[in-house]
Amino acid sequence: MYVDGFRNMTVGRELWLLIIIKCILIFAILKVFFFPDVLATNYDNDTERAGAVREALATHGSK
Amino acid sequence: MSDLLGVVDWSRAQFALTAMYHWLFVPLTIGLSLIVAIMETIYVRTGEKRWKNITKFWMSLFGINFACGVATGLILEFEFGTNWSNYSWFVGDIFGAPLAIEGLLAFFMEATFVAVMFFGWNKVSRGFHLASSWLTALGVSLSALWILIANAWMQSPVGMEFDPAQMRNVMRDFWAVALNPVAINKFFHAVMSGWALAGVFVVGISSWLLLRRRNIDVAKDSIKIGATVGLVGILLTMMTGHGSAVEVARVQPMKLAAMEGLYEGSCGQDIVGIGVLKSNPAATPDDPMLFDISIPHGLSLLIDMNTTSFVPGINDLIEGRTITEAGDTIYGMSYADKMVCGQKVREALRDYDTARKTGDETGMATAISTIKNNFQYFGYGYLNSPQDAIPPVAMTFYAFHIMVIFGGYLMLYLLLVAFMAFKGKNGIENKWMCILGILSIAIVWICSQAGWIVAEVGRQPWVIQDLMPTTAAISSIQVSSVQLTFWVFAAIFTALLIAEISIMLRYINNASKTDIATKE
Repeated sequence: MYVDGFRNMTVGRELWLLIIIKCILIFAILKVFFFPDVLATNYDNDTERAGAVREALATHGSK
Repeated sequence: MSDLLGVVDWSRAQFALTAMYHWLFVPLTIGLSLIVAIMETIYVRTGEKRWKNITKFWMSLFGINFACGVATGLILEFEFGTNWSNYSWFVGDIFGAPLAIEGLLAFFMEATFVAVMFFGWNKVSRGFHLASSWLTALGVSLSALWILIANAWMQSPVGMEFDPAQMRNVMRDFWAVALNPVAINKFFHAVMSGWALAGVFVVGISSWLLLRRRNIDVAKDSIKIGATVGLVGILLTMMTGHGSAVEVARVQPMKLAAMEGLYEGSCGQDIVGIGVLKSNPAATPDDPMLFDISIPHGLSLLIDMNTTSFVPGINDLIEGRTITEAGDTIYGMSYADKMVCGQKVREALRDYDTARKTGDETGMATAISTIKNNFQYFGYGYLNSPQDAIPPVAMTFYAFHIMVIFGGYLMLYLLLVAFMAFKGKNGIENKWMCILGILSIAIVWICSQAGWIVAEVGRQPWVIQDLMPTTAAISSIQVSSVQLTFWVFAAIFTALLIAEISIMLRYINNASKTDIATKE
């Protein structure tokens, strides 16, 4: 139903194109290059991640 | 330190940008889904083809807007993890569970039935299609419910226990989280405001049709539906707004004080109906207003149904001061006291880490005990001074009063429109009524945005009330990354908004040149 619907769409097709371009830009480019998932990549397990967050919250973050 | 503040402020700006753009689209989705379902119900009950065409006209606008709401919502969820990783870890399942349910509901319910709604007119029976439209409307509201439960937990954290080993809040009582009074009020307030917004939107677009003398009967019928839904919506929004204010007074008294520009509270506190703050209201706490028209005892009555109860001001909260109805001043826990408790938690976290690394079970147990006894003030341990706990007063004050004043106008406007639509013969076609209808589209959107500014600016400096300030919630990212992506997001969202508005206007203009009621 979605395939037929989008194929026959007369209103809003360019909007969906813009949305798809936006999602590719944000999720495939910006997220990968500008927002590394530090907790996921720099630590091997949840214990280490918890330790990193504990250190961050115990020692940093004050104005 | 300046880099940290740069990351914090740019990340806040980025999230605020995304949230405000998202909230441009979502209330219209919520309200228009209901209006379209009502119109389709009239079609199914009467069998009149003109109602099918009217439904499809508004459904196309719903569809255009729905796409943008989804697109901006995805980015919001993505930003929790990218910019606010400490926060995302710290809240654990409390935030994750409602967001996961929201995603599941959105995927399985909305996505399924919205396909039938848009694309299934000639593929399914009338009854099934109507049910799909209603289920889409329900799905939209249920999605909103779960995200608002998550937001309400930020404003009033309940139903959890902090685990220092995991550094996460573990959910202990799902129903306390789901049935948090802040969440219940917030949900109904947000959804009803969507009904009001969509009602005004339908009336406004229909007013334009009347002004252009196009599809007059379609416009008048649409105004009847729009005005009715809008009026019910604005009245319920006001009622739930009162409920929200009561909850704010209970769990976020500093936010309430900022909403009113109140520095020195009193028993039988007045409420500001309209007012202008002095440029530095904190310097003259007894007289912070340049000008105001206030209702005597109104704030005490609003939050406590008692004209003599005490409402604390900003300075009272900082000092921990309460004034009894007998006039006695009592001092409880001040913000300075709470800062001491919060610092104990931070110190205990360091002690816990040291004890854990050396296998010191006794040390760990002592640290856990200190953490548990003082955890409710954890966030205060990050403040350099009690004044750091004051939100931006001017922004909160003006946003609140804009919301209330515009909301009051919308109630009167929708009352008038509903009366004229149902009783007033051709009064609804009056040129000035039509112009007012078009202008009211802008007013309702400003009112809607102002509400979220009150909610989210008023809770500062907290990202989780009393437990975590925004400065502690941030990810370890470069400020240049956030600056760059802020401008990229601003450009993309603005392009999306311009595209949506231009597509909608083009559609309305083209469709209105045909006979909407009779077209095949």
